[in-house]
Amino acid sequence: MKNHLRLGLFIFLTPVLLWLLLLIIVPHIELLIMSLHGKNDTGDMVWTLANYRHFFTEEIYWYTFVRTALYAIIVTILTFLVTFPVAFYITKVVSPRLTGFLTILLLMPFWVSELVRVYGWMILLRESGVINHLLVSTGLLKVPVEMLYNDISMLMGLVYTSMLFMVVPLISSLESMDDSLIEAAHDLGASPTTIFLRIIIPYAAPGITSGAIVVFMLALGNYLTPKLMGGKNSLWFTEQIYNEFIASFNWNQGAAFGFLLLALSSILIWSGLKISRQHLGKALS
Amino acid sequence: MKKLLIFATITMMWLVTTAQAAEPLKILTWKGYAPQQLVDKFEKETGIKVELTLTNNEEMIAKLRATRGAGFDLAQPSQDRISSVQAEFKIYQPMDYSKIDSAQIIPSMLEAVQKNTKVGDASYGVPFCYGTSGLIVNTKLAPEAKDYSALLDKAYAGRISYRLKRPTLIALAFAGGDNPFAKYDDPAAYKKLMDGVAAKMIAAKPYVKNYWSNGDALLEMIRSGEVTVAMGWDNGGWKLHAENPDIDFVAPKSGALGWIDTFAIPAKAKNVDGAYKWINFIMRPENAAVFSNMEKYATASKDAAKYLDADVRDNISRSFTAADIDNIKWYPPVSAEIEQLEGKILDMVKAAQ
Repeated sequence: MKNHLRLGLFIFLTPVLLWLLLLIIVPHIELLIMSLHGKNDTGDMVWTLANYRHFFTEEIYWYTFVRTALYAIIVTILTFLVTFPVAFYITKVVSPRLTGFLTILLLMPFWVSELVRVYGWMILLRESGVINHLLVSTGLLKVPVEMLYNDISMLMGLVYTSMLFMVVPLISSLESMDDSLIEAAHDLGASPTTIFLRIIIPYAAPGITSGAIVVFMLALGNYLTPKLMGGKNSLWFTEQIYNEFIASFNWNQGAAFGFLLLALSSILIWSGLKISRQHLGKALS
Repeated sequence: MKKLLIFATITMMWLVTTAQAAEPLKILTWKGYAPQQLVDKFEKETGIKVELTLTNNEEMIAKLRATRGAGFDLAQPSQDRISSVQAEFKIYQPMDYSKIDSAQIIPSMLEAVQKNTKVGDASYGVPFCYGTSGLIVNTKLAPEAKDYSALLDKAYAGRISYRLKRPTLIALAFAGGDNPFAKYDDPAAYKKLMDGVAAKMIAAKPYVKNYWSNGDALLEMIRSGEVTVAMGWDNGGWKLHAENPDIDFVAPKSGALGWIDTFAIPAKAKNVDGAYKWINFIMRPENAAVFSNMEKYATASKDAAKYLDADVRDNISRSFTAADIDNIKWYPPVSAEIEQLEGKILDMVKAAQ
C-alpha cells in the first residue's frame, strides 16, 4: 500500500519536476556559466568575473538599475493608492450582489493583450491623439501638447498594466474581513483614520504584501511599456539586457545582467519584507 | 507476408514523399520583402508552402545564433552584417552560386556582395534589394533640412525623430566631416570619434521627439505632422510622397548611407532546394518588379526596370542628383568589436537626461 502511494506520487510529481528541471533550472545553469565567461585580450573564451565587475564599474549600468528599481517602487506605491479604494468599495460599500459584477468589470480590460492596451494609451495621449483633439476643439488648449514620451506617461502606463495584480489579492483579503470589526471599533469611538490604520491595514497586510511583490516584479521586468510610452529617456534595465543580447551580440554580459537583476530584486523584496515585518509564507498563502 | 512488405514499403515511400512536399520554406526576413502576391504565386508554381518570420538585422542574427543556424531555410541579412557573424558563430552555409540564376542579377552588385560576404574560400550572400538611409523631410515645414545635422538642429525642436541604432551614429559622424568607415580597423580612434558624436546627440537630446523603432509608426508620425525631420529609409519617404507631395526623401549633403540586403542560407536549413528556388523565383524580373512597385525598394534584379511603374522610376531621379549617387556611402563589413562599442555608446545616449 505504502509503495503504491509512493509510485502514484512519483508519477504525478514527474511532470512538475521535469518542467522545473528542463525549462527553468537547466537554462539558468547555462546562463550562469555563460555569464561567468568572457573574452580575454587574445579573444579566447575564459572563466572570468569581468561581466559582473562591469556592472559596478561602468556608471551607466548601475545607474540604469537604480533608476529602474526606484521607478518600480514608485509604481508599486501608486498602484496600491489607486487600487485600495477600489477594492474597499467593491468589498465593503456596494451590495454583495454587485461585487462579482464589478470584479468582472475590473478584469475585463486585461482580456486584451498588454501591447494592444499600450497602443490604446498611445492613441489617446499622442500629439495628434484623441485627448489633444478634444482639448483643442473645446478651446482649452491653443496648440496640442505632447503627452507621450515622458516619465509621467510611462509611470501611468505601468500602473495601469499592473493594477489587476494588486486589486485581486486586496479584494480577497478584504472580503474575508468581518464587517463587525469595523462596526465595533466605531462603537468604541475610534476615528476613521484610526480604524483604517489600526484595523483595516493590518488585516489586509498579507494581501497588500503579495500584491506589492507581484507588481514590483512586473514593473521591474517590464519591457514593452517603458520602451513604447517612455520614449527617449526611459532606458529600463530589461532593455539593457535586451541590448546586450541583441544589439551588441554580447550574450555573456547580458546573462550576467540577468542574474544581477534576479539577485538584486530578491534582495530588495527581502528587505521590503523585513522593513514591513511581513512573512513571505503568510503573504502567499 | 510479401504483399504486406510491399504495401508497407509503398506506404512508407508515400509518407516520405508527401512529407518532403509538405516541408515548408521558412524565411526569416524584413517586413515587405515577401509580398503575399508573390508568396501565393510561388506556392502555386512549386507547391512549397512559405512561412514568414519578420524581423530586423540584430534579431535575425540572435535568432540564428541561438539555434546555431537551425529553424529557418533562408535569411535576409544586410551584406555588411554577414562576414564577421559567420566567422564567429558559423550560422550560415556557403552559397552555391551555380544554383543561382545569375543572369537575372545586376553583375556588379552580385560581385560586390560576393566579395563582402567572403569568409575563407566561400561566400555567403546573394543580393536582393538595395536602398539608402537619409532624411525624410516635410519640405514645407522644414525647407532647410538638407543634411544629417538637421537632426541636431534646435530649429526643429520637438519635431525630430531617428532610430537609436548604428546608422544614426555613422550618419552624424559623416555630417561632422569625418569618415567613420575608414576607422573600422582602429577601434580606439573609432571610439573617440563616436564619443564626440554621442556628446552632440546628448546635447541635442531635448529637441528629439522620440527614437523610433517601428517604420510604420515613424511614417504615421510624419504623416500627421508630429515629425518634420527624420532619419529613415528612402522607400518610406517615397511612400509618403505619393500621399503628400510636401513630404519626400532627401539625400543628405554628406552622403546617403547605402545598404544591400541579401539572401543567406542558414547552416542547418532543411529545405535548401526550396531556398534556391525562392531566390531564383523572386529575382525573376517581373516578380522583382512587383516587390519594387509595392515597397518602393530598388531591386537587384537586372531587367526589372521595364516592369516598374513610372512613379517608382521617378523617385530616384527626384531625390538623387548624379553627384548624390556618387556620394552614397556603402556600408563595408563591420566587426563584432565595433558593434559592441557602438552598443555601449547608444545606451549612454538613451540613459542621458
